[in-house]
Amino acid sequence: MNFVVPDFYPAAAEIFVAVMALVIMLASTFARSVARNLAYLLTQATLIAAAFITIFTMEGEVVHTFSNLFISDLLGDVLKLMIYFSTAIALLYGRGYLADRKIDKPEYYLLALLMTLGMMVMVTANHMLPMYIGLEMMSLALYTMVAFDRDSARSTEAAMKYFVLGALASGLLLYGMSMVYGATGTLEFSGVAQALYNQTANQTVLMFGVVFLVAGICFKLGVVPFHMWVPDVYQGAPTAVTLVIATAPKLAAFAMAVRLLIWALFDIAEEWQMMLMLVAAASIVLGNLAAIAQQNIKRMLAYSGISHMGFMLLGLLAGVVEGDRHFALNAYSSAMFYAISYVIMSLASFGMLILLSRAGFEAENIDDFKGLNKRSSWYALMMLFVMFSMAGVPFFIGFFAKLSVLQAVVAAGYFWLAVLAVVMSVIGAFYYLRVVKVMYFDEPVDSSPIHAAPEVRVMLSANGLAIAALGLAPQALMSLCAFALLRSL
Amino acid sequence: MSDMKAIYLLVPLAPLAGAILAGLFGKQIGRAGAHVVTILGVAIAFVASLFIYQDVAAGNTFNGTVYTWMQAGGIDFEVGFLIDSLTVMMMLVVTFVSLMVHIYTIGYMSEDPGYQRFFSYISLFTFSMLMLVMSNNFLQLFFGWEAVGLVSYLLIGFWYERPTAIYANMKAFLVNRVGDFGFLLGIGLVAAYAGSLDYAEVFAKAKELSVTEMAVTGWPLLTAICICLFIGAMGKSAQVPLHVWLPDSMEGPTPISALIHAATMVTAGIFMVARMSPLFELSDTALSFVLVIGATTALFMGFLGIVQNDIKRVVAYSTLSQLGYMTVALGVSAYSAAVFHLMTHAFFKALLFLGAGSVIIGMHHDQDMRNMGGLRKYMPITWITSLLGSLALIGFPFFSGFYSKDSIIEAVHSSTIAGSGYAMFCVLLGVFITAFYSFRMYFLVFHGDERFGKAHDHAHHDHHGDHDDEEPSADHHHGLAPGQKPHESPWVVTLPLVLLAVPSVLIGFFTIDPMLFGEWFKGVILVGDNHVGLRELAANYHGPVGMAIHGLQTAPFWLAMGGVALAWFFYMKRPDIPAAIQRTFKPIHTLLENKYYFDRFNEIFFAAGARLLGRGLWKAGDQALIDGVAVNGSARLVGWVAQMSRLFQTGHLYQYAFMMIIGVFVLLTYWFNRG
Amino acid sequence: MLENYFPVLMFMLVGLGFGLAPVILGRLLAPYRPDSEKNSPYECGFEAFEDARMKFDVRYYLIAILFILFDLEIAFLFPWATVFQEFIAAGEIAWFVFGSVMVFLAILVIGYIVEWKNGALDWE
Repeated sequence: MNFVVPDFYPAAAEIFVAVMALVIMLASTFARSVARNLAYLLTQATLIAAAFITIFTMEGEVVHTFSNLFISDLLGDVLKLMIYFSTAIALLYGRGYLADRKIDKPEYYLLALLMTLGMMVMVTANHMLPMYIGLEMMSLALYTMVAFDRDSARSTEAAMKYFVLGALASGLLLYGMSMVYGATGTLEFSGVAQALYNQTANQTVLMFGVVFLVAGICFKLGVVPFHMWVPDVYQGAPTAVTLVIATAPKLAAFAMAVRLLIWALFDIAEEWQMMLMLVAAASIVLGNLAAIAQQNIKRMLAYSGISHMGFMLLGLLAGVVEGDRHFALNAYSSAMFYAISYVIMSLASFGMLILLSRAGFEAENIDDFKGLNKRSSWYALMMLFVMFSMAGVPFFIGFFAKLSVLQAVVAAGYFWLAVLAVVMSVIGAFYYLRVVKVMYFDEPVDSSPIHAAPEVRVMLSANGLAIAALGLAPQALMSLCAFALLRSL
Repeated sequence: MSDMKAIYLLVPLAPLAGAILAGLFGKQIGRAGAHVVTILGVAIAFVASLFIYQDVAAGNTFNGTVYTWMQAGGIDFEVGFLIDSLTVMMMLVVTFVSLMVHIYTIGYMSEDPGYQRFFSYISLFTFSMLMLVMSNNFLQLFFGWEAVGLVSYLLIGFWYERPTAIYANMKAFLVNRVGDFGFLLGIGLVAAYAGSLDYAEVFAKAKELSVTEMAVTGWPLLTAICICLFIGAMGKSAQVPLHVWLPDSMEGPTPISALIHAATMVTAGIFMVARMSPLFELSDTALSFVLVIGATTALFMGFLGIVQNDIKRVVAYSTLSQLGYMTVALGVSAYSAAVFHLMTHAFFKALLFLGAGSVIIGMHHDQDMRNMGGLRKYMPITWITSLLGSLALIGFPFFSGFYSKDSIIEAVHSSTIAGSGYAMFCVLLGVFITAFYSFRMYFLVFHGDERFGKAHDHAHHDHHGDHDDEEPSADHHHGLAPGQKPHESPWVVTLPLVLLAVPSVLIGFFTIDPMLFGEWFKGVILVGDNHVGLRELAANYHGPVGMAIHGLQTAPFWLAMGGVALAWFFYMKRPDIPAAIQRTFKPIHTLLENKYYFDRFNEIFFAAGARLLGRGLWKAGDQALIDGVAVNGSARLVGWVAQMSRLFQTGHLYQYAFMMIIGVFVLLTYWFNRG
Repeated sequence: MLENYFPVLMFMLVGLGFGLAPVILGRLLAPYRPDSEKNSPYECGFEAFEDARMKFDVRYYLIAILFILFDLEIAFLFPWATVFQEFIAAGEIAWFVFGSVMVFLAILVIGYIVEWKNGALDWE
């Protein structure tokens, strides 16, 4: 056994977050009277500090450590930064909402931090086991957060559904991993890739495994037909938690898809691409159509999220065409750009719901947006940005996100898929524009003034403006995605 | 070069900043704040342009991208600048005239409630126009093209309470759409066949394009491109038959008539064709088309100037006619003469418009020349500057207009291209007509009996049937009360007049050498070997003084003098003669009064025809097919599918889990069946 | 071939013996005075036969979960203990191996402190 002391340096951010989680756990136990604020502030401080640590330990090249269980590359660093960023904003938006409902316990922030740690482990995993551990760490924290409003029947029901289905999906994923292990004899991604390259793997077993892996990934992304939990959980969870579920975990799921499919299974890309094509097309169709029938805006956004994740998959499935890998970088970076754009838009959309909610009132129906322009024209404008961007109206970030994945799909020659996606997004524009219509053309149902903490106002405005600004200058973020992938592949 | 890039950026961005400040924060910064920031912005742009001029004169040109907006289908969409002698000349003209107009506006609009809005618009216009001329690619050109069109639309309708203004801006917008359609087609053809939107890359492929034929139709590609692009220019530069919007655009405030509808925006078409000279040179068909359209505009629009009584409309028709001259110059490959005339015209026409505006202020917003007369005594500065402007316009030797117009006439004379005989006739007769209506206006306004201050016998002074509802427009024609005297305008109005009079008189004399016969446009404007252009003229050219002296012996000069003399005779000596002629040649006068029935024709054929077509499409296409089948039908289908999808979402956990298992089986089956 | 499985057979027999012996011995040696309480199966204070969907105290779960947690974590220590010998032989790396298990235990201790402090171990 040649065992060496691993290099801790690349994992500094992960270790720091883990230590801070313990510190927060102890601190909120012993300082019970100030625990709420203490836990919140420490969590935010931890996320910010982790961002700095990630930036300072960025190597610019691929580093493996912990016996190749852990990989540190630019892709992981960029995704981790986005995860800190979106988690921090989600906590900032959600704090007042939780306080109004008296569920802002210190454990909430602790769970959010543990979820972040789980996602970080997923993003940096170079091996099936840490990938799975990270996934479970994230998921368990999320299950608990969904049930955080313990006295709400809807909330606990949602948590139970999420937990049972999540356990099922974990089972599928584990089963897939074990089959891949059976076929290739290793769980390490680069080892799997090597085995595929040498063509020593048993094809049948391998393919069984890949199907189950894809199923597990699809569950986490929430795409058809593994999407059934999404609307119920989005609607049932407290809005602050929905906000968390709809943002950073999508990035982690994207990372999981990239690591498993591209890092490990790139040599059989054309096989899993076919599967992704099925689920992507189904998601885009079903997500957009079902969203139209919704009156509850959280459900509507859930279905919209399903279709957005379908769009994101368009980028992942356009990498290799008939053995030609030239498109790969472009296609994968478009998917990454899409995932990041979606997270930014999603933050703002659920942030708006939180803004309109207050003690004793949940803003969750489309009707609650009626006449928003009369109540606050500024936030109506921000919501307009978000809706336009999600609908893919030029020139918001969502437009460029859609454009880039469509370009990737067309470059790969799947015209029918591009046409389908465009037609469906035109149909989908209906429900986004309906929100805009009620904001600007209907009379307000309730005219109570909007009040929110100043930091929420500032951040939400910045978030809305960012959607518009990134739409005007999308090149920087696009290049960042392409560069991160280029340096990591 | 990178330090120059900042200065290049400064030129359009300074007016933009002024426009944004005055437009969005107009209330906060107040009236004085609005004009200070916008004038400052334009002044900065002007000074920066001067600096760039020096740099270009020293031989430094620039062609590069500032910002890549996006890439699609292998074509880059960029913001880029092409800074060369043509660009820098346009930049100087635009910023200088714009600066003058900004200053003038302080006086002209002083009582208007929309003061800040106006300054914001004209600064925005300056920005758009600069983006247009500084562009190095078709996309940005089109952006500038549409942006100036938009601002023009906003400014024509500036007094939006007036139905006539709204009618006029709608008309300008619609007519320009026709031109823009052609323009966009041209750009589309360029993008499709040249595979690039960058000027330099397209020009490099010009030879290759000239031998290409268009798919399906087999038309020569380059001719189609040039004619399409020129149709755009016809809309923007108001060439027959797309000229109908320009006279009506006089509904806007006078400063913008000077800036947009005389000096700069309407010359965008001329500039564009000159910029595209490497393309146009390769298509004789397109050049002939340009020539004939220009000649027709030059002459027939001049005729209309004779019968107008509204002071601004006379200047407007003279603008149309002068734009025709520039277009003629383009047609005979004398691009530099066209651009040269563009520049001199910008100065003297802005001067004339601002002079007319000054008269209008003096007359308390009465624009009817029949109510003026003898204003020389009361408005001396306006009088003298208008006289200088008129002399420049008719091409009196040594005045700037002389050099540019005579060069054009000589170029037409030496040209051999098809249609040049007709063009020669038009431009020569045009000289006479120009002199006649210019001095008709001059005599009617500044000399003769003082007809103002009387009760309005011309209360229903018609604008010659250009639109039926004259009544509402009468309410802004206040006019002078009986016994009231006109007075000279304040210094902010007269200062720009004086500053514009200087280049109107002198600029031709000093710049004809480098611009027409020197090296200034070398490498920027290309003239093919098969076209004469200005070569023959250059051979006989012996300096500006010699040219002026020679000009005294040529037909154009005597034609112009004849026009002046006739105007003097008709309107000073025997005012009864025009009335008699009007009676004798009633049909012709009616034809002119109705502007050759262009508007009527458009209304009957295009407007009514379009309405008919629209109604048909609405009933059959929209209501039956689109609303009935496509929209409502597909909406019903979508709604149905949406409802069905809700049925699946039962809320039962076991069904959800079952769905997932089914999903895995589908994927597995799919995989094993594809072999 | 088959003899390789002899230890397994032995293991099964011994296991069976351990299971059966107390029952048989108890039956032989202990006094036998049955009553209804003694005859009912013991199940943590619950009625043995009633609706499976009854409610019962969540505190059982808490104890069970805490038990499983610590039980499983301790289970990690056994394989570690068996290979630790080899690491000691390997020299300096032994401190790393020792340290990582200590960190692992420290995390456990923190969890223990937190649950104690939060009253998870109090029944009432």
